[in-house]
Amino acid sequence: MTGLEYTMPVIWALLLGTAVALYIVLDGFDLGLGILFPYFRSEADRDQMMNSVAPFWDGNETWLILGGGGLWVAFPKAYAVIMPALYLPVILMLLALIFRGVAFEFRWVAKPRHRKWDIAFAAGSTVAALSQGIILGGLLQGITVIDGQFAGGAFDWLTPFALMCGLGLVAGYALLGSTWLMMKTEGPVEVRARRMAPKLLVLLMAFVAIVSVWTPLMIERIAARWFSLPNLFYLAPVPLATLLLSWVCWRGIRDGRTLQPFLAAVGVFMLAYAGLVISNAPWLVPPTLTIWDTAAYVGSQVFMLIGTTLLLPLVLGYTVFVFWVFRGKLKPGEGYH
Amino acid sequence: MDLAPDTLVLLSRLQFAFTVSFHIIFPAFTIGLSAFIATLLLAHLRTGREHYRTLARFWTKVFAVSFAMGVVSGIVLSYQFGTNWSRFSEATGNVIGPLIGYEVLTAFFLEATFLGVMLFGGDRVPKWLHALSAVIVAIGTTISAFWILSANSWMQTPTGYSMRDGIAFPVSWFEIVFNPSFPYRFIHMLVAAYLTTSLVVLAVGARYLLAGRFVEEGRTMARMGVGMLAVLAPLQLLIGDLHGLNTAEHQPVKVAAMEAHWDGSKPADLVLFALPDVKAERNHFELAIPKGASLIVTHDPNGLFPGLKDFAPHDRPPVWPVFFSFRIMVGIGMLMIVIGLLGAWLWWRGRLFDSRWFLRPVGYTWSLGFVAILAGWMVTEIGRQPWVIYGVLRTAQATSPILTSTVAISLALFVLVYCVVFGVGVLYIRRLLQKGPTPTSHAPEATLPNRPLGAAQRAARDALADGGRP
Repeated sequence: MTGLEYTMPVIWALLLGTAVALYIVLDGFDLGLGILFPYFRSEADRDQMMNSVAPFWDGNETWLILGGGGLWVAFPKAYAVIMPALYLPVILMLLALIFRGVAFEFRWVAKPRHRKWDIAFAAGSTVAALSQGIILGGLLQGITVIDGQFAGGAFDWLTPFALMCGLGLVAGYALLGSTWLMMKTEGPVEVRARRMAPKLLVLLMAFVAIVSVWTPLMIERIAARWFSLPNLFYLAPVPLATLLLSWVCWRGIRDGRTLQPFLAAVGVFMLAYAGLVISNAPWLVPPTLTIWDTAAYVGSQVFMLIGTTLLLPLVLGYTVFVFWVFRGKLKPGEGYH
Repeated sequence: MDLAPDTLVLLSRLQFAFTVSFHIIFPAFTIGLSAFIATLLLAHLRTGREHYRTLARFWTKVFAVSFAMGVVSGIVLSYQFGTNWSRFSEATGNVIGPLIGYEVLTAFFLEATFLGVMLFGGDRVPKWLHALSAVIVAIGTTISAFWILSANSWMQTPTGYSMRDGIAFPVSWFEIVFNPSFPYRFIHMLVAAYLTTSLVVLAVGARYLLAGRFVEEGRTMARMGVGMLAVLAPLQLLIGDLHGLNTAEHQPVKVAAMEAHWDGSKPADLVLFALPDVKAERNHFELAIPKGASLIVTHDPNGLFPGLKDFAPHDRPPVWPVFFSFRIMVGIGMLMIVIGLLGAWLWWRGRLFDSRWFLRPVGYTWSLGFVAILAGWMVTEIGRQPWVIYGVLRTAQATSPILTSTVAISLALFVLVYCVVFGVGVLYIRRLLQKGPTPTSHAPEATLPNRPLGAAQRAARDALADGGRP
């Protein structure tokens, strides 16, 4: 392996990891709104919730396309193994995203007969989040690979562990959604979100704890990574920081702060994500294929990296710009116009 | 060589064809529509005339619904290469992967992000920035088409690569991106998208003029629609001809199937209608112009070009779908030229807005562009068979190692969901079009949850109240 053949996959893994992290945060809060939708009964409340993310959701969901496309660009062999292995949850996620995506537009055109699109939005968001968690769980628990090709069955992913990951992600997205509402809305919606958030935070922390115990028990290499010396000392700050941030989040919710709960919830998410990366790096298709086994031809990775280096800052720049244009709280009955 | 079972290949192909066909309808529409809206906003900025803004707001509602459907059906595609065509993904990832990656980075983010400003920023940002957002969205959709068509064209006419152990490696990125069929396919598709949108705009304008509603807006739409058709439809004939010559050079068997031309040793007749018989290798009930196809393909009535019999049967594409789709596409193209030229003549005579004999049939032609685009894609994609990358990788070797039953289930789900969701979507667009534009006064909408579709909401309430008719 030459220098470039070693470093390029690492750079790409970091880039792709960042894209996935951005997706989780950005689409996380708008999927979260869908998950919370059934708990907000009045039409005005629901209008307000949807209006709070309407200008952003297209952009948010684009990170998912970058995630899929990026995996294909940088690690085609991983893409060609993971997608067939997790075929059914991936398809389920795509179908669910269709329902919730079109609901953003259809709901307004269908009024006053919009109830079916309320259901489509809520169910679509929940199933999409559940599928994403199952995909994560299915990947973590390992995929059967023979000769670099997927060689398992259609339902290999269907395990209690994967289902638990699915539920955990639903709870997590719901937390992000509720903290988003504290930040962007006023009146009854904000009050209700503030009442729900602590329960969601406790729920998420419970799932994080379960995964943290379950994965090292299930997979020996993860136990070795965390509990061997000196790793234990280097890695101990991760769970400690998670506890600290969840306390910050809790305080923010209780003290009526607007920005703090959202940022702290994002922090908790990022730490949990970092924990998964620590557990699995450099495996991209655990337990058989690493980032180097699955990497694209180095020339292709370089060609794409040039464009990414130039364009990604631009993308981030105008993403920030749009969030700034639509900054501040949305009042009940007011909408972007 | 391991070939996947025939049914798996067939179901995988059906699923991809189904999902991509539904998808292409929306981008084809939004490419043209975003350019149209940007033009209207710029015209408003320049002239200050209010009805341009009214029209822009009206079409923006339609755009929003179409774009949403385009986004969600597009996400499906970026995952389907992996789920259903994993061997293709592995073989081509080094070459096609970056093209898709560049599409997402240069186009998709641009569109999706500035769409927010275009749809919801009307009152939050200055007028020039709102118009600029529409221009950026229009540019984004075009760049998007650039990359996707480059990737597709590389599958048709692969260049700039080398194969090692069944995997493609890039040699020259310039030759990969600008492969031989790309410039023709890109321009052909872009013009097709503009034509499709122009016909929709013209048809809607014609309906308003016939009904005597929104007369000023209807006139602008009719003028802009006719103007675009009169210029672009004849131009498309020329572009299509050049594209055909390019195909004849690089994919002769596709052209032979398009023309149902069996015997390459004789000049080819232009077959207007026939029932090709694949077993007997000849046409039944043929109605043809002698030597016409030779004239078109070689620009010489006695010119020769290969016939289907010059290729082994297992290297030929299915003849029927290619042959008939091509006729549908060309037929609609001719009709567009007629509508464009006739409309332009009426406009010149000052009778465009009250020639009911012209406006009435034109009001029914809104869907023709979409049909032509789908037919055109059938020609080029089915015409590429039995290859997924022409001459390099056979479709039967490109599928995923999954069960046929799994694909059967997902295909059934896609058909069900798409028919319901996109069927309803088209119905909603129709409802918006029937209701028509609402003037840009600021007062009345404040009573409703405000959003660009707030007006659509009112439209829907009204439409429901009187049984779906305006």
